[in-house]
Amino acid sequence: MSDPILTVTGLKKTFDLSQPFLTRLTQGGGRKYVHAVDGVDFTIPRGTTLSLVGESGCGKSTVAKLLMGLTQPSAGSIRFDGHELAGTRAGQPPAVRRRMQMIFQDPYASLNPRWRVARIIGEPMKSFGTHPDPVARRKEVDRLLEFVGLSAADGEKFPHEFSGGQRQRISIARAISTKPEFLVCDEPTSALDVSVQAQILNLMRELQRELGLTYLFISHDLAVVNYISDQIGVMYLGLLVELAPADRIFAAPQHPYTRLLLDTVPDITMAHRDMDRPAGEVPNPITPPTGCHFHPRCPLANDRCRSEAPAFRTRGDSHVRCHAVEEGRTDPMPLRKAG
Amino acid sequence: MTLLTVENLTVAFPGRHGTVNAIEDVSLSISPGEILGMVGESGAGKSMTGAAIIGLIEPPGRIAAGEIRLEGQRIDTLRPDEMCRIRGRRIGAIFQDPLTSLNPVLTVGEQLIETIQTHLKLPKDEARARAIDWLRRVGIPAPEARIDTYPHQYSGGMRQRVVIALALCAEPRLVIADEPTTALDVSVQAQIIALLRKLARETGVAVILVTHDMGVIAETADRVAVMYAGRIVEVGSVAEVLTAPRHPYTRGLMASIPRIGARPDVLPQIEGAMPRPHARPAGCAFAPRCPVRIDICSQTRPDLTGHATRSVACHLSKEVPA
Repeated sequence: MSDPILTVTGLKKTFDLSQPFLTRLTQGGGRKYVHAVDGVDFTIPRGTTLSLVGESGCGKSTVAKLLMGLTQPSAGSIRFDGHELAGTRAGQPPAVRRRMQMIFQDPYASLNPRWRVARIIGEPMKSFGTHPDPVARRKEVDRLLEFVGLSAADGEKFPHEFSGGQRQRISIARAISTKPEFLVCDEPTSALDVSVQAQILNLMRELQRELGLTYLFISHDLAVVNYISDQIGVMYLGLLVELAPADRIFAAPQHPYTRLLLDTVPDITMAHRDMDRPAGEVPNPITPPTGCHFHPRCPLANDRCRSEAPAFRTRGDSHVRCHAVEEGRTDPMPLRKAG
Repeated sequence: MTLLTVENLTVAFPGRHGTVNAIEDVSLSISPGEILGMVGESGAGKSMTGAAIIGLIEPPGRIAAGEIRLEGQRIDTLRPDEMCRIRGRRIGAIFQDPLTSLNPVLTVGEQLIETIQTHLKLPKDEARARAIDWLRRVGIPAPEARIDTYPHQYSGGMRQRVVIALALCAEPRLVIADEPTTALDVSVQAQIIALLRKLARETGVAVILVTHDMGVIAETADRVAVMYAGRIVEVGSVAEVLTAPRHPYTRGLMASIPRIGARPDVLPQIEGAMPRPHARPAGCAFAPRCPVRIDICSQTRPDLTGHATRSVACHLSKEVPA
């Protein structure tokens, strides 16, 4: 765990969903908040990949936006290579922000349809001033296009002339154009078909090896995450419930929610066919359950879980937020075959 | 006994550069109580096949060749008003997004009762009792109370359960489920998959499950048809196709899916992308991406050959080890 490039401590983001003041006054009702990210801590060593997984609404994409400065944290610290970024806006300070870039989920929405590809890829170099000369910039664009598996001639085309996988290659070329060290990848393959997903995942691994990139990878797909990650963080309702090396998460999942996720991933070996399914859905984040947020769905929940929020404790090389794990109440809970 | 047979179905769209076939020469059959998975990449024609069966192809698209028979009756040549009586009553549909499939200004009960009364001609109180019964069967807790609430008061998974109840409440023989779990989280997806299997077993309804997710197919379907560039390239039982795929595309696809467990350094990948419908090559549409192609592949299109339970459209299917 030496040489962390990014250290996040106590990161929080609260959204105010209250009605306007006068409405509250006339119709009653108090203020309402959503704790989208409710105190998250992690560290990413240089050149490695940390993945955040969880179901929709767990706060994983909000973490990505907070890191990039696209939204401001309510509390906590984001230290990137010694620079404190909490409270700074997107693109500020340029010398630091140039070194972090983002790849978005939907390659159809994240590329300007009216710009030619060369302009799309060249824009970050222009705005960060790394290649102010248009001729040199265009040469660099051509090099990047070939680097991500397209051809230099593609720079003259518009995004609609490309397939989803090729567009995601364009997004990647744009993201690496300012020679960043750190990439936030928010579900970069979930809009792609599987055969194309493999191409993009392989490209990302290759880039990491060649350019020494560090990734924060966000996904809901545990199998994808298994392939790309060094560490995996599992999020539930704004909190990390388990953070561990990737092989540990899959070999010995600790938190009951991690186990639930692993048991419910549709598996092409048909391993889970005809098993009883864990019931329940993610609760409304405006009114999360008391104590441990997961207790209504947890087979190990007891009175302590219902009243007292568990702390994020270190166990060997993993961190788990669970009373049952702490107390050693985690008997294996195999799924039963349905009758 | 087969419930539905589709033979040599071709759906054509007239375009600026001539007619484009969205699907070509698709043949399949399904028996009562069976779940047939249709899997393929976007644009492979899996949703179009479902739309053709239920008679919902958007003009100017049309069925250019082939026929569709439901319980022996030809349904692709019916007039729109006749097809309207079949939809809902004999063929139900479940779509991807449960929020847009439900009417937001009607209660869940009003929507169910309307569907039941349209197709089954029951008095209102019987229709209501039946609606409550269906909500219970799809796993909605306290259905007597929930029946009078609106879709926005349901969670995503519960909404999809309501959509399933709507599709099944007129007791159709066949349900087309187009990506029914794609908009849902994994833990909810698993519940919906289990529900579909349970209902198919209990009611004998046949399900055509259209999805891009092999994992969903593996856990839900009995048989699977793999589509590529508008054609079925491989059909067989789920166990056979997934563990011993014979078409090079299916093999490439299965290998490229990341799995839990093994962590290869490089994920096997299929180079290139599926050709668009107007730019399909002569011969086998997969030939340009195929690692084992031979000369004939770029000249002649291979037919789907084999026996009733297992067929493959590949010139090499005899030579390729299973």
